[in-house]
Formats: sequence, structure tokens, C-alpha cells
Amino acid sequence: MSALRPSIVELELPLFAANTGWRLAAWLAACLAVTLLLTASSLLIGTSSLETSFGWLLNPDAQSSVILWQIRLPRTVGAWFAGALLGLAGAIAQGVFRNPLAEPYLLGSASGAALGVTLSLLAADASLGGLAWAGKLGVTGAACIGACAAIALTILLSRGVLATASLLLAGIVVAFLLSAVTSLLLLSKPDVWRAMQAFLLGNTGFLSWSSVGLLGIVFVVCLAPAVLLSRGLDALSLGEDTARSLGLSLPMLRLTLLGVLSLATATAVGQVGIVGFVGLVAPHLVRETVSVNHRQLLIGAPLCGGALLQAADLVSRWIVHPAELPVGAVTAVVGGIYLVLLLWRRNRHE
Amino acid sequence: MAIVDVRANASRVAALRLATICVVVWGSLAHATLAQADVVRDDLGRELRFDHPPLRLISLLPSITETICALDACSRLLATDRYSNWPRQVQSLPKAGGLDDAEIELIVRLKPDLVLLSRSQRITDRLEDLGIKTFALESDRYSDIAHNIQVIGEILGLDARAQDLNATIAASVQVLATTARAAHHGAAPSVYFEVDSAPYAAGPESFIGELLARLGARNIVSADLGAFPKLNPEYVVRHDPDVIFVSSDEAQQLAARPGWSGMRAVREGRFCSFPPDVVDTIVRPGPRVAEGMRALAACLERESP
Repeated sequence: MSALRPSIVELELPLFAANTGWRLAAWLAACLAVTLLLTASSLLIGTSSLETSFGWLLNPDAQSSVILWQIRLPRTVGAWFAGALLGLAGAIAQGVFRNPLAEPYLLGSASGAALGVTLSLLAADASLGGLAWAGKLGVTGAACIGACAAIALTILLSRGVLATASLLLAGIVVAFLLSAVTSLLLLSKPDVWRAMQAFLLGNTGFLSWSSVGLLGIVFVVCLAPAVLLSRGLDALSLGEDTARSLGLSLPMLRLTLLGVLSLATATAVGQVGIVGFVGLVAPHLVRETVSVNHRQLLIGAPLCGGALLQAADLVSRWIVHPAELPVGAVTAVVGGIYLVLLLWRRNRHE
Repeated sequence: MAIVDVRANASRVAALRLATICVVVWGSLAHATLAQADVVRDDLGRELRFDHPPLRLISLLPSITETICALDACSRLLATDRYSNWPRQVQSLPKAGGLDDAEIELIVRLKPDLVLLSRSQRITDRLEDLGIKTFALESDRYSDIAHNIQVIGEILGLDARAQDLNATIAASVQVLATTARAAHHGAAPSVYFEVDSAPYAAGPESFIGELLARLGARNIVSADLGAFPKLNPEYVVRHDPDVIFVSSDEAQQLAARPGWSGMRAVREGRFCSFPPDVVDTIVRPGPRVAEGMRALAACLERESP
């Protein structure tokens, strides 16, 4: 890390000059304000009416304080961290692959997580003794390990991290392969299908303070190296040859960043299931509202992603309450609409 | 006086006997004429004509398989879907896939007179194209049980057996419901039936919900949420049910869900879990409904506070 600093110091001037500091500060403040607002409203929104929730806040009894502080608050804070991890992973993916359409799941992590979850659900069936280990992990652990294993398999198949095209191809192959295995397993045991579906559509319902703790630790662990390596990403955005000529060690940079990407994605997916679009949209939202370099993008995208998933979680529990929508369906609809709008605007400009 | 009474009785008995004979004769006559061209409407709204009862059957739904066998027509089955597992003898039959991935080739090769399936336009169209007669039946609700038994009995020419079976089921269900309600002493236990850990619940509109309602249990899920709503977990915490129906694996993990450890049923371990073969009788609207209800009632009585 320290080795690449002196060599790309001269990059700083042109890239940083483009930004006016106050605009970024205002943007960050707005993001935080939205997050705080969403967190506060999450205490009020659930299966009860707004008046009832207000009443609980003022005069909590044993049950309502459990609902407010053990269910609603960890759920919304956990959703923020999971969204932040996905936003960070999306920003890293788009930087490493120099492609604005890259997203956290493109190395096969989602399919790997799904396969892990399927195995763990099947393990609940006593007849499959060999799968007892998968049952012990639970859905969360199995999803996390499955996602990491899938990314490792992708890197193995592409024989390293250097060739972008072969990495992406290997990612697609792994995704299809693992999905096929998952489908076959599901076909043989249709009773786990509904649980699987719930996982595939994302679920923030069972986030507890311990999941928040885990997500928080992983977030810090992932954010630090990503921000430290952000200048490498800036250099990379000028092209691989340019980056190399600036003395950048591409294999190290990519391997570290892909490691961070895997950890962030796997943890988020393990806790909230396969929530789509947050990782894709969050970096775009940042780029559209403030023009940024990678360091700012890597800080902004998590803030955006966190707020996005928090908002989606609120919508998912509000619209059909006391039932709820799968949170992934909400993010897909909102994210999809946003991307279409973005596309239209671009077309008009051109 | 007494003699007159006896005579009156005797003549009454004779009249009754005559009436019975008339009904039976009329019935069999009616049946004979119907058997020439029996027209039955299936649940896709198609009017199907049966010139003679089909003898070579394929069933693509477990509850239909069970109904056919409960009508003593198991020997007419050539194949079933892969999920049909009761009675034991159907387990050795060829398996023709599931409903939406049925093995068309196998079905065609077996040359069935009739394929019975649940409503699925795609496979129905495909089989009809290939010249195979299909009959679609809905099997979701409690009322579908009696209806399907009667219709299948009619098609197979086993009307009397179907009537007997329906009467037996209705009587057993009635007894179970009365006994269960009496056991609660008027205070209906509130229940939460978790179909799946998302959490999806079985609402009053679902078949399971109907069975629980008949047993006098109060579902914490309201009817307007639909058959299998995905609940916000805090809904369950708020309603704090007396008894939780949940898979045995999941039961051990309920306390780990945020906020659930304080619920009465979780604290006191008031769970009902059933082995897979019993679950089949609870989730399939078929002739074994009384068996499923008995299992539900037994656990409900054991675990209710």
C-alpha cells in the first residue's frame, strides 16, 4: 500500500481539484440526515399504527420495549450496515472492473450463497447425514461461506485476478453452474422452496443486535483498506497500462480489493439475503449527485447504500402491514426505476 | 292397543323397505343411463364426457392419488407424480415428475384413459394436444375434499363408495371438532402456525387454518392477510400466541430471533411439531384429513395453557 503512494502522488492535483469541498460536505450531511430520519421513523413503523407506536415510545411496557429496541431498532441499523456493505462492494466492483454496470454479485457470490443456504436447509432433513455440517452453520453462515467459496472458485477458474474479461466470464460460468445445482437440489426437496424463495428475495426481518455487531465490524474492516487503496483505483481508471506505468502493483491491488468485495458481499448476503440493485445503484447515485474521485465514492456509496436499504426496509414493512414485502423486491423496483430514469436523462443529453 | 301399534310399525317398516327398494332401483337405473354418457365439469370449467369409467389412471397430485386409493381404486393407477407417497403401494409406481415438470413422454407411453391433475393450463393443453384426456381438480381448501371425492367417485363409477367415504370423513371431523372445543372449556387457545421461517404463516384462509378453526383455535393471523402471508416478525411478538406450530428444528431457534425469547409460548416451550408423514396429512386436502386433524387436536390439547 505504502509502496504505491509516492508514485501516484502527482495524480492528486487534477483529480481533487474538480471537487468543491463544501458541496461534498453538504452531500455527506444530507446523507447522514436522511439516515437519522429513517432510523427515527423506523421506530414508529411496523405492525402497529403510528399513534400506538408513539404511545409506546412515551409509555413503554415490557412487550412494546422489546418490539422497539430489540426488533425495530436493530432491524433498521442492521439494514443500514448491510446496505452500506453492498454499496461499498458495488463501488469497488465498478472501480476494479472499470465498468459502471458491475455489481457486488458479478463474481458468482449470490449463486454461491443460494447454494449454501439450500444445503443448510436440506441438512435439516435427517436423511442427509453428510450435510450435518451445513445444518450447524445455519442459513447465515452457510450463505456467507457459499458466497466466499463461489468467488474463490471464480478466481481459480480465471487463473488469477488480472484478466478482467476472463474473471467476468468465470463469474458468469460459476453463477450458472451453482444455480443449476441449487435448482436440482430444490427440485428433489420442494418443501424448502419457500424458505429459499424468501432468502432469494432478501429478508431484513430477523436482524438482531448481534447481527448488527457482526455487520458493523465487517463494515469497518472492509472500509479501511478500500479507502486506503482508493488512489490505486483512481490510477486504474486511467487504464491498466497507465496504472502499471505509475508503479502500481495491479495483482496486489485487485486481489486485496476483491477480497474486501467478497467479505462485504458475503456478510451482507448472509444477514439479509440476496438484495439486488443496492450495490449497483448506490455508486451511481453518488456519481450523479456529486462528481467524485474513488476515495469519496468509496465513502459516499456505503452512506447511500445504507440509506437505500433502510428506506426499502421501511417501505417493505409499511405497504402491506402487518404482513410485509420481501425487501429485495422493493429495492429491485426502486432501483430499476432509478436506472431507467438515469438512462432517459442520458439519452436526452446526448 | 299394543297389537295395533305393532301392526302400524310393521306396515311402516314395509313401506320404508318398499321406498328404499324403489330408490335403489331408480338409482341404479339412473346410474345405468348416466353411465352411457356421464358429463362431469372439471375445475377448469370444461365439461367432460365419460362413456365408461376410466380404468387406466395417472394422478399428478398427492391428494388426488390419496382420494383414488381411498375409493379402493388404487389398482387403476399406472403412475403418479413424484410427491405422491401414500398409501405405501403407490410408492412403487412409476413417477411422472411434478405438475409443472411432468414427464410427458412417460405419460404418453403408459396410454392412460385419464390424467387427473390440479389446475395447470400448460400441462393440460400439452396432454390434450397429444390426445390424452385430462381432468383438472382444485385441491386447496377443506371443501375441496368432499367435492373431489364425489367427483372422482362419479368419474370412476364408484359413487356409492364416495358417498360412504364422505360420510365417514364428515362424521370423524365432527367428533374431533366437538371434542377439541369441549377440551378448551370455551377459552379458545390462540395459535401461530409457521409454514416457514421467513416467517410465512398459515392464515385462516389456508387449509391448515381451516382445520385449526374447526378445532376451535384462534389464529393470530387475520383472514384479510390471505392464505400464507409473509409476516413482520414483530406481529407474532405482539400477539403472543398460546401455542406455536413450527418445525422441530426451527423450534429450537425461535428464542434466538430478536425479541422472541420473551414470548409466553417460547418461554414455556409450547410448540407443536410433527414428523413429515404427519405433516402430509395436515397440508394435503385429501381423505386423510381426520388423521391430520387428530394430530393437530392432540398437540393443541397437550400444549394449550
